[in-house]
Amino acid sequence: MSEYRVLPGPEHFLPPAAASMGIRLPNPGEAHINGVIASEEKAYEEAARQFLMAKVPTIFPGPLVLWAWNEKAAKKATAIRHLFNTLKECVQPGQKPMLIPMPDYRPKYPKINPEVEINPNHPNLTIWHNKIDCCMFVGVHCHQANLSLKIIRGGTSCYTIAMCAQAGHEDAMLSFRDASVEKIMKLADTVKRLKGTVQPRLSAKNGGAN
Amino acid sequence: MSKERIQISEALYDIMPSDYQDLVKSATYGKEDRGWKDIGTSKELIEQHSLCAGCPESMAFRYILASLPNPEDTVMVGSTGCTSLVFPMVAVHNIHSLFGNQNAIASGLKRALSVRFPGRVKDVVVLAGDGATVDIGLDMTLQAWFRQEKFTTICFDNELYANTGGQESGLMQKGFVAKMAPVGKLFDKVRLPEIARESGCHYVVNCTVSKPSLVEKVIRNAVHVAREIGPTYLQLYTPCILEIGKNSMEGLQEMRDSEKPTERFAYKEYISEPAKQLLAELAAKDKERKAAAKQLAGQASA
Repeated sequence: MSEYRVLPGPEHFLPPAAASMGIRLPNPGEAHINGVIASEEKAYEEAARQFLMAKVPTIFPGPLVLWAWNEKAAKKATAIRHLFNTLKECVQPGQKPMLIPMPDYRPKYPKINPEVEINPNHPNLTIWHNKIDCCMFVGVHCHQANLSLKIIRGGTSCYTIAMCAQAGHEDAMLSFRDASVEKIMKLADTVKRLKGTVQPRLSAKNGGAN
Repeated sequence: MSKERIQISEALYDIMPSDYQDLVKSATYGKEDRGWKDIGTSKELIEQHSLCAGCPESMAFRYILASLPNPEDTVMVGSTGCTSLVFPMVAVHNIHSLFGNQNAIASGLKRALSVRFPGRVKDVVVLAGDGATVDIGLDMTLQAWFRQEKFTTICFDNELYANTGGQESGLMQKGFVAKMAPVGKLFDKVRLPEIARESGCHYVVNCTVSKPSLVEKVIRNAVHVAREIGPTYLQLYTPCILEIGKNSMEGLQEMRDSEKPTERFAYKEYISEPAKQLLAELAAKDKERKAAAKQLAGQASA
C-alpha cells in the first residue's frame, strides 16, 4: 500500500497525480479519506466534520447539476441546495458557507469573477479570493475535477471533497463515489447530526488564502 | 444539444452568473429569422472578449454569431490566431484545432455528426485566420474542398500574422511592409476566392465586414449551401488596426476604403448553378413565410 497521503497543500507547483503515487479508487460502497480506503459511513462523518470546522465551507456544483439536462440532474440540484441550506443552519457565527457554480469549463479570458464562479483551469483564484478552506465538488466531469483538485492541492491549503457520480477522485482529500440524491441528502443529515459537536477553526490562520 | 436542454436547474438558478441566465432567457437560439438586428435587443452569443479595442474582428464575430441560422446545432472549428482568444467566450459549440488542420477536423466532424444524428441538421463552420487558411493549412483547406465536404470555411483575412507581431502571410498585399516583414512582400496576394471556385466551392464571397446586413446575407447563404450542396468559402477582411498603424476608431473606415470597386476587397461573389437554384428556392419560401405572417398579423389586428 502506498505511503503517500492526499493532504491539504500547498503541496507545490506541480503536485503529482495521486494515482501515480499509488493511491487507488474506492470500490462500490467505499470511499477514501486522504487516499486511504474507508467505509462510506466514516467518510460522511469526516466530510461533515470538515464542513463544520471550516471558516468558509463551500460547495462547487458543476455543469452536470447546474444544467437541468435530465430529471435526475434537477433532483440532484435540489439536494445540493438542501445541503447548502443545512450547512447555513448548522454553522456558527463567523463561519460563512458559500455555494459557487462552475457553469462550464471554458478557459475564460481575460479573467473570471471569483466572487460568482469557479473555473477549472484556475480554481485557486476563487479559493484565494473567498478564503475558502473546505470545498466539495459535485457534478463536475471527471477530467476537469481531477485537474482542479490537483491545482487546488498544489497552490492552496483548502480541504477538498469530491461527491463523484462515477468511481471517485483520488486527487481529492476525501472522495465518495456513485453520488446520488440519497448520498447528498445523507451528507446533509450527517452535518445536521454533528451540529454543535465540532469546534470551528475560526481563530486559526485561514489556510485557503495561502 | 437541443435548445430545449439549455435550461438551468431551478434549485441553483440564482447562483448562476448573469451571462448564463441571460443566454437562457433572451438569446436567439431557435429563432427562425435571427440576424444582426437582434443585437441590442437580445443576448448575443458572445460574452466579453479579449480582442483589442476597435478590432474589426470583434464586429465580424458579433455579426456572424447573430446570423448563424442554427446556432444550437452548429459546431464551429477554430484555429490558432486572434480568433482562438475569442472562442472561449462564444456560446456555440466549438473546437480548437491545431494550427492549420481546421478543415481536416471539420471534415471528420461533419461526417461523424451525419452518422450520429441522421435526419437532423447539424452545421459545421470553420473560422480561422489567413495564416491558418492559406499558409499553414492550405493543404487541408483545399483537400476539404476537393472532397466536396459539406461545411463552410470562413477566413478572417487581416493580411498578416497579427498576434505574433506582424509577419508576412500569403494573403498580404504585394509591397506591404510589416513590423516583422521589413523588406516588403515581393509577390501578389494569393487569390484564394478564385482558387476556391476552381476547387469546387459552390458559394464564394470576398468582402469586408463593414455592412452587417451583407455579412448576415452571406453567412446564411454559405451555411445553407454547405448544408445541402457542398463546400462554401467566405473571405472577410478584418484588418488588424495595430499592425497597419491605425487607431481604434479607424477600423471601419479602413474596411470601407478597401471595398471600393477598384480595391482588393471589392465585393466578389461566385455561386454555382445548383447553389443558385437552392438560394432561389429558399428566398421564395422565405417570401411565402413572411407573407403568411403578415396576413396572420393583419387578421389578428382586424
